[in-house]
Amino acid sequence: MTAAVEGSPPLRMTRARRNALLQSEPVQGLALISPTFFYALILLVLPILVVIAHSFWTQHYLTIDRTFTLENYRVALTEPIYRDLLWRSLYISLTVSLFTVILAYPIAYFISFHGGRHKSLWLFLITIPFWTSYLLRVMSWKVILGYNGVLNSGLMGLGIIDEPSTALLYNTSAVIITLTHAWAAFAILPIFVSLEKVDRTLVEAATDLGDGPLRSFLRVTLPLSAPGVISAALIVMIPTVGDYVTPKLVGGKDGVMIANAIQAQFGKAANWPLGAALSVTTMLIVTLMAGATVLIIRALQRLAR
Amino acid sequence: MRARRFLPGGWLSAYAFLYIVFLYLPVIFLPIFSINTAPTPKFPLAGYTLKWYEDLPNTPALLDAAWNSLVVGVSASVLATVLGILAARSITRYRYPGRRTINGLIMAPLVLPEVIVAISMLLVMLQLGLSLSLFTVVLGHVLVCIPYSMTVLTSGFEGFDRSLEEASADLGESAFGTFRRVTLPMVAPAIISSLLVCFTISLDEFIIAFFLTGTEATLPIYIWGQLRFASKLPGVLALGTLLLVASFLLMTIAEILRRRAARRTQNEGGLYA
Repeated sequence: MTAAVEGSPPLRMTRARRNALLQSEPVQGLALISPTFFYALILLVLPILVVIAHSFWTQHYLTIDRTFTLENYRVALTEPIYRDLLWRSLYISLTVSLFTVILAYPIAYFISFHGGRHKSLWLFLITIPFWTSYLLRVMSWKVILGYNGVLNSGLMGLGIIDEPSTALLYNTSAVIITLTHAWAAFAILPIFVSLEKVDRTLVEAATDLGDGPLRSFLRVTLPLSAPGVISAALIVMIPTVGDYVTPKLVGGKDGVMIANAIQAQFGKAANWPLGAALSVTTMLIVTLMAGATVLIIRALQRLAR
Repeated sequence: MRARRFLPGGWLSAYAFLYIVFLYLPVIFLPIFSINTAPTPKFPLAGYTLKWYEDLPNTPALLDAAWNSLVVGVSASVLATVLGILAARSITRYRYPGRRTINGLIMAPLVLPEVIVAISMLLVMLQLGLSLSLFTVVLGHVLVCIPYSMTVLTSGFEGFDRSLEEASADLGESAFGTFRRVTLPMVAPAIISSLLVCFTISLDEFIIAFFLTGTEATLPIYIWGQLRFASKLPGVLALGTLLLVASFLLMTIAEILRRRAARRTQNEGGLYA
């Protein structure tokens, strides 16, 4: 390589050097990324700022009164209907992320430690259902859990129940089951990545020093994979809190979540500032909950060592 | 020496099998009930028929929605991939301050609740006086596709041997020429893979399209409208099955290409280094 450089005519060398001086690495890198960066800035950051601004304003029919007010936040936090929806959404997203992580961990462990040559095939198998339409996956749960659904007709066919159960669909559990299924693949990938990074010799060392398989798992592998568990929990928790489709299709009256209320404010109810305040409140609370989750997992990780 | 592992592999394999069943089972009911004669989805099946599929091409609203989805999907995947190429190239090739922050911002739509992304874009578009149309849907889809495009492309660009490009520059090729004649052929599979992934996402995306479209429906919006009528369910199941097969094929091709791209950059880079 160096031989080629030294052998090239001097004219070209100076041109290359001038180019290198004019276009330093940071300048080139920033110039290259700027279109994408500005796209995200204009269509993500700016809109979020606009939402935050709206949350402090008031709507009078078709006009927006831009006097600063905290009234929307008072309504969002104290009106029983919104408070309940907020709590339910947080409860659902916390439960779903707990379930997905617990269900996903053994799979990630299996692929990482026992996957052998077929690791990438396993990962592909697991991500495939995720690439099918979310709407259709939620709908298939409706087909399974419905009054005339697969589960009811199956249980009746087996003679376990006499008449279809209405307890399966249109409640919080239906929402939790559907979301746990929908987000399964998302939790596996980060846990798998962190398990891959676990130094296998450390596990061997623990075993050599007399730790049993369970003990060496609890004291070496599990704590070392904590970063993956943290990202898996967050990657499920934050988006599910604002899920709209699942509660609407399988949640019924008892499974309504905050996103449905936010949508109503931008649709029928036409109260943008209240919708904005509900969005901002949801984001803030889910951020706090995510932060608390990180702290708890880190504390458990220290305890285990 | 192999360390003994927590939980024998046999139990884990059984669990893995059950987990795969849990993942795939709900999805499999769509094709099963789409060939059922009875309109209600329950066992035992009443009989086999393809009439729900035969009805699909005779539904003008569905054909319109399919065309709209195609237009949106192609535009969004091309735009997102172009923006993804620029960003992925910058992230993998250059080192500069603020790199991680900018990357984090670009990847952020992946971990934000979609409803909030959708309504904030809706507010800005209405403020800017843009009328809602398929164009606004494309703008939204590009934003949510870029993170996926970036993931596919960085895995294709990483491990790419820089000395190949340096050699090309040293031999007098311009920056653009180097990109076109050296970089592009190496990363072409990753780019096609990114296009397919983005198209699949756009084809299936509902929330953003739901908020940002005017009167024109995309396929998921059409399906959403049909879901209100129990009698329309078999048709929706048939359409869903077709979409399922399309997504599956697109993703399989995308994955094969992504792997080929990763292998190509690593192997050939190693050969010439």
